[in-house]
Amino acid sequence: MNQDMIRLRVIDREGVTRELEGPTDMNMNMMELCKAYGLPMEGTCGGMALCASCHMYVLSNHALTPASEDEENMLDQAFFVEANSRLGCQIRLAPELNGLVVKLAKE
Amino acid sequence: MIETDIIIIGAGPAGLFAVFEAGLLKMHCHLVDSLAVPGGQLAEIYPKKPIYDIPGYPVILAGDLVQNLMKQIEPFKPGFTLGERAETFERMEDGRFRLITNKGTVLVAPVVVIAGGLGCFEPRKPPIERIEDYEDKGVDYIVKDPEKYRQKRVVIAGGGDSALDWAIFLADIAEEVVLVHRRSEFRGAPDSVEKVLTLEKQGRIRIITRAQVVGLEGNGVLGGVEIQEDERENRVEGTDYFIPLFGLSPKLGPIADWGLQLDNNAIEVNPLDYSTNIPGIYAIGDINTYPGKLKLILCGFHEGTLMVQSAYKRVNPEKKLSFKYTTVTGVTGF
Repeated sequence: MNQDMIRLRVIDREGVTRELEGPTDMNMNMMELCKAYGLPMEGTCGGMALCASCHMYVLSNHALTPASEDEENMLDQAFFVEANSRLGCQIRLAPELNGLVVKLAKE
Repeated sequence: MIETDIIIIGAGPAGLFAVFEAGLLKMHCHLVDSLAVPGGQLAEIYPKKPIYDIPGYPVILAGDLVQNLMKQIEPFKPGFTLGERAETFERMEDGRFRLITNKGTVLVAPVVVIAGGLGCFEPRKPPIERIEDYEDKGVDYIVKDPEKYRQKRVVIAGGGDSALDWAIFLADIAEEVVLVHRRSEFRGAPDSVEKVLTLEKQGRIRIITRAQVVGLEGNGVLGGVEIQEDERENRVEGTDYFIPLFGLSPKLGPIADWGLQLDNNAIEVNPLDYSTNIPGIYAIGDINTYPGKLKLILCGFHEGTLMVQSAYKRVNPEKKLSFKYTTVTGVTGF
């Protein structure tokens, strides 16, 4: 596998697990990656933490950068929010995220 | 009744720029938008956010882009019907379309362009079981008439500006105001937060944080809300009204019932001229879909530009189109 690629798993809203590969050298985020794979994800605001349509749960133990105040504010307007809730657009693909597992939140 | 060449539904960037391209071909446009100001999501969601992929602008704020577009189309004197939602349309005997808004405004034109972006902005409804049953029977998503809540018990959910503002406002009117919020911190304007906390100290607002409303109770009309609070058992708070304030989210709205070919909430178009399955109706910008579609402002500009070439033939069936370069002739308005 290309050294700039990581592998991760996304569980969609039907409970189906998809294996995804994502580049770490393109400044890409989880919302963009899910869209690129054709997963049902609106990404309405274009990745500005302004719409919560990429709400997902982080299931693996990866140490992500904590959510910014903007992201928390947006999660306040989302539903089904849990302790492991994040906005996909705020999770930047990086080598240390290899093996990440996320689950898409209900819309 | 307003008569024009092209009715554009949606006054976001794609709709606004289409006015310019139509104007170059001497076609007059009238825009309809459910929001009170032009700009679509750029004005409603992110006016202060920088945009980096507008050709010729290394960076531009969304609000500034809207202002520039308004200036750019000014010579073509577009009409605006703002704060109204395009509701129904029909084809008239002369082949033109008659479109009626939710407030009864009537517009007539040979061409309708749907540049509706994400759709109409509507209040976000929390996913609480049977919430629809209590709409207008104790559950309100917007506060229309504060007097309604006089001497009543009110539960407000949300942590943003509108939740805080209404909690403050209703503290003077309602018998009791309870504010339920997911986190222990409130965002929103610092003095609103300050005011809410002061009112809490005075015993005029009750705040329940790290909590959410998960159920509704009542017999025909709302009688209480079930509250789930961290590290506590669920409990029911008696109330007359529940006002969930979780911002706005876009919905396709009445357009969904117009008989247009839809794919996943987007309108299918022919990428040759962005025409829909209904002759005379076009769709441009984020609301359309075709193979390879990208939801970008610059693609919306491109789509509008090609669309007006096709629309011209409908507006002027007897004329032959001559394509204009602005570099040669400049921009001549109406």
